[in-house]
Amino acid sequence: MNAKQNLQNNVTFVLILILAVLFLSPIFIVLMNSFKGRFFISDTPFALPNAQTFVGLENYTSGIVKTGFIPALGYSLFITVFSVAAIVLFTSMTAWCITRVKSKLSTFIYYLLIFSMIVPFQMVMFTMSKMANILHLDNPVGIIVLYLGFGAGLAVFIFSGFIKSIPLEVEEAATIDGCNPIQTFFLIVFPMLRPIAITVAILNAMWIWNDYLLPYLVIGSNYKTIPIAVQYLQGGYGSKDMGAMMALLVLAIIPIVIFYLVLQKYIIQGVAAGAVKG
Amino acid sequence: MQKMPKKYYAFFTLPTIIAFIVAFFIPFLLGIYLTFNTFTTVTNAKWAGVSNYVRAFTENNYFLNATIFTVKFALVSVVLINVFAFGLALLLTRKMRGENGFRTVFFMPNLIGGIVLGYIWLLIINGILINFGVDITYSAKYGFWGLVVVANWQMVGYMMIIYIAGILAIPPELMEAAKIDGANSWQTLKSITIPLVMPAITICTFLTLANSFKLFDQNLSLTAGAPGRASAMLALDIYNTFYGRVGFEGVGQAKAMVFTIFVALIVLLQLRFSRTRELES
Repeated sequence: MNAKQNLQNNVTFVLILILAVLFLSPIFIVLMNSFKGRFFISDTPFALPNAQTFVGLENYTSGIVKTGFIPALGYSLFITVFSVAAIVLFTSMTAWCITRVKSKLSTFIYYLLIFSMIVPFQMVMFTMSKMANILHLDNPVGIIVLYLGFGAGLAVFIFSGFIKSIPLEVEEAATIDGCNPIQTFFLIVFPMLRPIAITVAILNAMWIWNDYLLPYLVIGSNYKTIPIAVQYLQGGYGSKDMGAMMALLVLAIIPIVIFYLVLQKYIIQGVAAGAVKG
Repeated sequence: MQKMPKKYYAFFTLPTIIAFIVAFFIPFLLGIYLTFNTFTTVTNAKWAGVSNYVRAFTENNYFLNATIFTVKFALVSVVLINVFAFGLALLLTRKMRGENGFRTVFFMPNLIGGIVLGYIWLLIINGILINFGVDITYSAKYGFWGLVVVANWQMVGYMMIIYIAGILAIPPELMEAAKIDGANSWQTLKSITIPLVMPAITICTFLTLANSFKLFDQNLSLTAGAPGRASAMLALDIYNTFYGRVGFEGVGQAKAMVFTIFVALIVLLQLRFSRTRELES
């Protein structure tokens, strides 16, 4: 029995190992092609670079220059970091307030925010981008307001669910000790929200970092984020530079891989927690 | 706390509420209003009754095709993604060495954005098709299965994580009892594992359904709707209608409204489903 089970486990292991290698192979194929000359990519993408086709880092330099990758990386980082910070801070405040203060207004706010989660982006994209123009939110700072507005539904929903499970006594004790609501929230409640705040931060970071359409419509003509830079290379005039494209894909994946390897544990937990609620 | 002075209530809620009103609420209401108008920007709207809705379906058959394409795609994706994800979850919950590493690998594509994913697979799919003298834009069928592959690559890992959480939550006593009673692995799967992870199955089914329905980035980067508009899904068709040609903005907004209703129906169905299950248990 034991020997049979061992064999079975080994067979499964090898099977999954093959699957895992296959699963990652697309990324390696892109990496490999990023070192090949631009005319050797489309026709023979599965061939290793050789003396004739190897071009070193040429694709990287041309890709970075053509799309302005460095500023794109800067805009992506700036928008993601500050939007996520704004979402975590402001929606946790809102969620705490409308969960603790039971009134018709609180209920109304809650359901209105939840409702926005159902509506697909296409419903509001045109009117929202016009609105952003009128209010001068069409820049990397203004777009943070838009992300806060769009992210509010899911974030408040997740925070509210967590806050309901925190016992009231601690907050009441703080009030008796003379804390006003602002002190109570920032000194007592906010530190307790840490685990769920990490979940909210990760879910939103994944969304905002990879988001294409919203930044494209609102700021795309003046400021390119990474997904816009990648798409720009495709949609650009003239013949497509496959070499630059491969290099840019690799450059776009690197920050994600670093983020993932560093925060892996939180990301997988956060996804499981977020999904069960969403 | 039942009450809070108004100034504090405003302090806590206003930043979110203002952003929400600007980014979502006004654009949403304005969007509904504009479905009944012809316009090129929001300031020159002219009342047009339901003509936009009529035009969405009659002017050409793009929207109808996109709807059929999306429904087919969603059905195929939901089935394949969940079967693969559940299978992987079963394989990765057997206390085998390297399980955590494998989970890490299978989840990773989920973090890569749709635009980048689409171009990665465009290279690979065209690299295979070139041996047959064609590329992905040759037929909508290629685009369809290409999108199915991309959606699987992206979502299988995510759903796998949810299924693993569900499987690990099954009390080990139940499994042992089944073993003692002489159940084989198929019987255990059918009578214990599947019924007990049913909540996860419901969640994953609706999550994949909603995600497949709303797919946009992958569609734009992989096929951009080619050939013609034959492989454009609903979200891409709406985008093309808005920004493809001046004078069709109202039609685009009406299509978006219909799309919103489709998605809302899926969500309502999900709520019904989970409610009944809660009542049963």
